[in-house]
Amino acid sequence: MIVADRKPFEEILDILGDAERILVSACNTCVTVCLVGGRREAALLASQLRIHAQEAGRTIEVRENSLERHCDREFLDALTEDLEWADVMLSTACGVGVNLVSDVNPTRRIAPAVNTTFLGATDVPGRWPCGGSQEGNCEVDKETPCAWQDIIERLDGQGRSAELEVFEPIKDWRPSHAGGRRRRIVEEVFAGDPEVSE
Amino acid sequence: MAPPSPNADGLVVGSNLERVLRAGHFAVCGEMGPPQSSNPDAIRRSAQHFLGKVDAVNLTDNQTAIVRMSSIAAAKLCIDCGLEPIIQMTCRDRNRIAMQSDLMGAAALGIRNVLCISGDHQCFGNHPEARGVYDIDSVQLIATVRGMRERSELMNGEGTPPRPRDPSKPWANVPTPLLVGAAANPFGDPFEFRVVRLAKKIAAGADFVQTQAIYDLPRFQRFMDMARGRGLHEKAAIIAGVLPVKSHKALLYMKSNVAGMSIPDELVARMQSAQNAEEEGVNVCVEIIEAVRRIEGVRGVHIMPPLWEKIVPEIVSRAGLLPRPTFGGPTEVK
Repeated sequence: MIVADRKPFEEILDILGDAERILVSACNTCVTVCLVGGRREAALLASQLRIHAQEAGRTIEVRENSLERHCDREFLDALTEDLEWADVMLSTACGVGVNLVSDVNPTRRIAPAVNTTFLGATDVPGRWPCGGSQEGNCEVDKETPCAWQDIIERLDGQGRSAELEVFEPIKDWRPSHAGGRRRRIVEEVFAGDPEVSE
Repeated sequence: MAPPSPNADGLVVGSNLERVLRAGHFAVCGEMGPPQSSNPDAIRRSAQHFLGKVDAVNLTDNQTAIVRMSSIAAAKLCIDCGLEPIIQMTCRDRNRIAMQSDLMGAAALGIRNVLCISGDHQCFGNHPEARGVYDIDSVQLIATVRGMRERSELMNGEGTPPRPRDPSKPWANVPTPLLVGAAANPFGDPFEFRVVRLAKKIAAGADFVQTQAIYDLPRFQRFMDMARGRGLHEKAAIIAGVLPVKSHKALLYMKSNVAGMSIPDELVARMQSAQNAEEEGVNVCVEIIEAVRRIEGVRGVHIMPPLWEKIVPEIVSRAGLLPRPTFGGPTEVK
């Protein structure tokens, strides 16, 4: 899944500026699992905005909604009405969702409420893995178990430690951030569709 | 000073370090951190402490991720002083395009030794916001330098300079003559894996290996036992790292802040109770050098005196490592 962190509240206020009608839109997929941008967190953010405005003596309206996925066009129609109403949509989805909603609604202002950080799996609730080692922990953050230590222990346990001596060829980074725009077409599904296989 | 020429006497790159190791001498390397400014005099002053006392000196590459003068520029200043440099090159700050470019540039300036390392993570330095590059890793960098040296070939398989399209046409290839060093840490975890990693670096092409600073001799002994068990000491020159300290506080600092260090409590206590801590620091360093010199497979010592370069002549002299061998020709240290 895609892992994200909530932006600091001050930063969100900066993004919103003078907006009076604010739509907070949650995503029910990855950001829900990592407890950052699901319905619950979106509701919390909406309340925070209302309380802040009240204390500042400002009048704002905040609506909340949620989509199954922000990264899938088929779910985005459900946003149309709320988007037309709002000065700005604050998305708690990851960067992929924010970009797609913006692409589909080029005249509307869409802003991210979270920082998209990395791809990860759920380990135990509230703990996500990352990368040196001292007593089994990462040199960068002593609270984090070292991924290499885990890899070594797992391979040892499976009798595969010889694999650690294999020279890894230099990596092709194009499928990562360095490759520019990427797309994948599932040929079997879209065979012959002129819009897809242009 | 003309750069050392390869091929003379069957040498690969013709560096002083290579000559010393090839002749079977116990090598002595020093280490210098370039200044946090563009001041060349800092390097020139520092070089005076090493001249004639070491065979070559490491120039660190923005160590602990703190911005400093380029190791290649600092190395050229050393060459101009008559001191042979070993540039360190980390994978943290440059991608493969910049690294290969800098390797060619370094060789063109007469640099003949490079230590290939990952680099301290940027979060430890003075620009923790920086993006870490790590396009390739240290093992891949070792293999790359060997490819550039032996096959005049870049990572992508292209020649230096590019080969003619017509393979029947002659190709005036230009190799990048660099002796390849690797780092080894016998004190990181998991311990058994440290020798595996060393083996991997030697298989990738390391000619020499410099270790993390040694304070824990029994652990280093075990590391060397395992390395000898795999014949690694015959495939590359293992050079033992030592780091002289002026006080027990420096030991305590390293113990708690530097990953992969093993510092026995008895040593801290000994330094703390010493009448003259600086003198005791030198005593400890000389004792460690004498001890590692007796370990089979250790081919030299690498003295890393952070901000204490002036102590190098005394340590080298007391450890019985003078005079340093000279070979005549362009690399002779005057």
